[in-house]
This record gives sequence, C-alpha cells and structure tokens, in this order.
Amino acid sequence: MSVLVVLEQRGGKWNRASFEALAAGEKIAKALSAQVTAVVLGSKIESLASEAAAYPVEKVFATDHELLADYTPDGYTAALEQLIQNAKPEAVVFPHTYQVRDFGPKLATRLGQVFVSDVVDVKAEGGDVLLVRQLFQGKLSADIKLSGRTQFVSVQAGAFRAAQASAGARPVEAFAVALQADQIRSKPEAPFREAQRSVDLGAAEIIVSVGRGIKEKDNLPIVEDLAKALGAELAASRPICDNGWLPMERQVGSSGQTVAPKVYFAVGISGAIQHLVGMKGSKTIVAINKDENAPIFETADYGVIGDLFEIVPALTEEIRKTKA
Amino acid sequence: MKIIVSVKQVPARDSTLRLNGAGTWLDESDLSYEMNEPDAYALEEALQLKEKLGGEVIVVCAGPARATQSIREALAKGADRAIHVELPGDTVLDALATGRLLAAAIKPESPDFVLTGLQSDDLGNGQTGVVLAELLGYAHATIVMEVEPQGSMVRVKRELEDGWFQNVVVPLPVVLTIQSGIKKLRYATLMGIKKAKAKELKTIPAAELHADAGDQGGMERIYAPSRSKQTQMLSGDAPHVAHELVEKLRFEARVL
Repeated sequence: MSVLVVLEQRGGKWNRASFEALAAGEKIAKALSAQVTAVVLGSKIESLASEAAAYPVEKVFATDHELLADYTPDGYTAALEQLIQNAKPEAVVFPHTYQVRDFGPKLATRLGQVFVSDVVDVKAEGGDVLLVRQLFQGKLSADIKLSGRTQFVSVQAGAFRAAQASAGARPVEAFAVALQADQIRSKPEAPFREAQRSVDLGAAEIIVSVGRGIKEKDNLPIVEDLAKALGAELAASRPICDNGWLPMERQVGSSGQTVAPKVYFAVGISGAIQHLVGMKGSKTIVAINKDENAPIFETADYGVIGDLFEIVPALTEEIRKTKA
Repeated sequence: MKIIVSVKQVPARDSTLRLNGAGTWLDESDLSYEMNEPDAYALEEALQLKEKLGGEVIVVCAGPARATQSIREALAKGADRAIHVELPGDTVLDALATGRLLAAAIKPESPDFVLTGLQSDDLGNGQTGVVLAELLGYAHATIVMEVEPQGSMVRVKRELEDGWFQNVVVPLPVVLTIQSGIKKLRYATLMGIKKAKAKELKTIPAAELHADAGDQGGMERIYAPSRSKQTQMLSGDAPHVAHELVEKLRFEARVL
C-alpha cells in the first residue's frame, strides 16, 4: 500500500507547499499503514528528483517529458493518470496551489473520483481516516471520510509543518509516460508580473489591514490615521484592491503578499481562507469586526466585536496619547 | 456564440449558520439565500461576451426549488433563458456529483463557452468548472481575469500565485472559471425584471438526468471549528476597549 504525494515545481524551483503536502501524506500513510511515495513532473528534473529523494519517502518517481516542460492541465492530467493506474496508490496528496486547483479535479474526475480540496487536518478515528476541510469561508468545518471514492486530497498552505530532508538518499525511479503534442490543447505563454512592487509588506513590523467592513473608499482615512499613528504599513484584503481603493501591491493573501509582522490589525476583515494564509504567521493578531462569527476571530489573539467606525478612531487617539 | 453560465445559490453572506439536529448540514429553515458572488462575476463576463460576440446566454443552475429566485435574477440582468436542474430539499452534493448533473444538462446545448465562478461561498470546493470541462471533454482555464475571443480560440489572462499572471490560448468549446472582482457587476433594471418573467425557464428534475449523482462524497459531519488559539475578546465602549487593547499590546504581548 502506498500514498502518492505530488510535488510541485515551476522552472526548476520547488513550490515549498509541496513539503507540507508531504507531511500530510506521511500522516495519512501512517493511519493506513502505508508507505509514502512522491512524484516530480517536468522536463529535465533529475536534480529536483534527487533533492526529493532526501525526504522521508519510500521512493521518488521522476516523470520527465519535454511536453511537461510548461504546465498544462492536459499534459499533467495524462501523465499522472498513467502513473496512478500503474502504482495504484491508496491516496494521492497535493499541495492546494493554483496549479493543483487547475488540474487536480480534472484528474480525479477522469478516474471517477471525488477530489477533496483544501484540507487543513487529517484525523485517524476508529480505523477511518478523516480529512478536515473548511466550509463557509472557515465558519464551519467538515469531516470527510477517505474512501474508495475520495482518495484525492489537496492540503491548505500552512496547515501542516513541512517535512524535513534528512541524510541518505532514497531510490529515484524514472516513470516514462506516453504523451503526444496534439493531446495538449492549451498553449501557455510565459508568466509575467504586472509591475515591480514598490511596497514590501513582508518587511513591515506593524500592519494595519482593512477589508469590506470599511464600506466606502471615503472612509479609508480612518484606517490611514491609525496606520500613521502606529508607524505601520497599510494593507488590505482582496475586495478593497479589486475595487481600486488601494493598489494591488497592498493586498495580503494567497493572490497577494504573505506577511508576518509583529502586530497585524485586521479591521473589518472577515477572514476568508485566502486572506488568512497570507497573514496567519503574524506574531500578534488583532481583529476588529462587527460580526461575532467572523472566522478572523479564530486566528486573532485579541478580538474586538464592534463598530470599526467607533473603535478605530478611539484606538488612534489612544496610540497618539501613549506616544505623546 | 452560445454562452452557458453555471450559477449556484448559497446562504447570504453574514448569515447566522445553525446546524441541523444530525450535524450533517445546516438548519435551512431561517436562512435567506443569494446568488454565489463568484458566479455573479461569471454572469457579468458572459453578458459582456455576448455584447461583444452576439449569441445567447443560458443560465444553468443545480439546486432546490428556492434557486429559481437566483435564476430569475440572472434573467433580469440579461441572460436569455435558463435551465434549472431541480434537486430535492436540502441535498448536498460533492463536486463530482454536481458536475455530472450540470454536464448532463449542458451537453445537449453544445455551447461555445461555459463560464462559472471560481468557487462557491458555501462548500468552497472550487472544482465545478474543472470537473465540468473533463466531463464535457472541453479544454479549460481557471482563475481567469480577462477573456479575449480570437475566432475558434480564446486568449485568457490567468492569475497565478504571488502576483504572477499568464496568458493562455485555448480552443473552443471551453470552460472558464472567472476571478471575482475584476469587472463591475450590473444591476437588474426594472425593465429587465419585467422582461425576465417572459423568458424561458426549463426545469429538469435531477432524477431525470440519470447522471449517477452519487452522494455527499463521504462528508460525515459538520461542526463549528475549535479555536486553535486562545482569543481574548475585549468589550465595553470604544475608548475603554481602545485603552485596554493598547495596554495589552504594550505590556502583555509586548509588541508596541
């Protein structure tokens, strides 16, 4: 019996979430008394495969094909389908990256399986393996039983402590796949960035971050004043940047920057998963929100339930007093 | 061009969520519902595509009888007709089961585009579009920010992680999952609401689709998450809370 962990690389660089998926794979394998195997896909990936072999796995499959040089959903699905049909793992574990979101459910569907996405924990309970995932933007959790129908699992970034490489190398096994160019329907162009970032939120010690609760652009000075009083950088959740109220470079979350300041003030931010993954490493988190059920309070060290339009100005005043 | 947009109805944002007695799903009795916000953005993209290319926009929705409210809203905003795959009561389906039902309803239409939001605000699987593409045998692209039709192809701008983007050219027919928040959502006009009443809304009971819908994909129970952190909640009037918070940040957390 084996659990297959699909490691992700782009242009010869690891996506670090791969090793968190590996840790989740170890936990599932332990519950099933199975071995962990891993696979690296791409073109010219020998050195990556040998790096992967330093991790605690039974073996690493290296699937090397020139048609896998650039990621495409058709190429990756066809390649992994062949490996899975051959290796017949009990479970297949992925990091929950944008790339996996693009092809994981396709692969599972092709094999008649349900893909269990964005899993935050794995529990062994009376012979069953339960996968925990979040519903309603984190307000509720669900236990999903790993079974013959639900063997495909993706793991939320930051939910598992990444597996560590150790001394000694495990075997690397080349797994050849048959792919034809006409199987691959999409033509990807080179990835690009829109503009160089002028704000490095990652270096900020204090961040004041604002969300939907601010209601209107004209209300932003309330949080700007707090940021100024604290000597903090101003940041925002996605809807604020989508509305153009603050530039995209100030966005925190899975599609923006990942931050870990000493203090993170989440003002009027409900705490959707996509936001939490970008800031949950902060040392101290303060949440101000009118909805007592907002998931942000699960992550906060200090929570204030109330009207930000009253609390934030009072807080600014208080900070000014202590600094005076 | 025939453009299908797949929408879902979900509990309204900021709803108070109560569990049913068995802890298997919500107590739906007091809930109000709305169109899943990411799907509203897919609808907007579909309507703009139609304005550019001509053709028709067909709304497809799998859900119980109450979902007709969201379907009517889509028709009022400008969709031409709708197909409602009607599910019994509070059925909760996994992504594969939902995909099979939707695919069975969409396939006979032979569309050029199938658009949907990138995830739902309730289950949050984020899979419907990708599962649909596989079941329909269409190419797909996810987390799409811009759609540029080019004859029998379409060039889309996809969002990658960490501020990266990528353009991809994909052949039609195609399934696209649309990123939220890029385009401004339109409101239904009074005229639109009036017109919507006369538009075709075909209801197909899910059982008639013989789609092997399956089950809840092994969902055993749902529950409120346990706190991973001990959160100190502060209360009182604003000046008092502000004072207490600053004290705690300075002398307890020692971060200010």
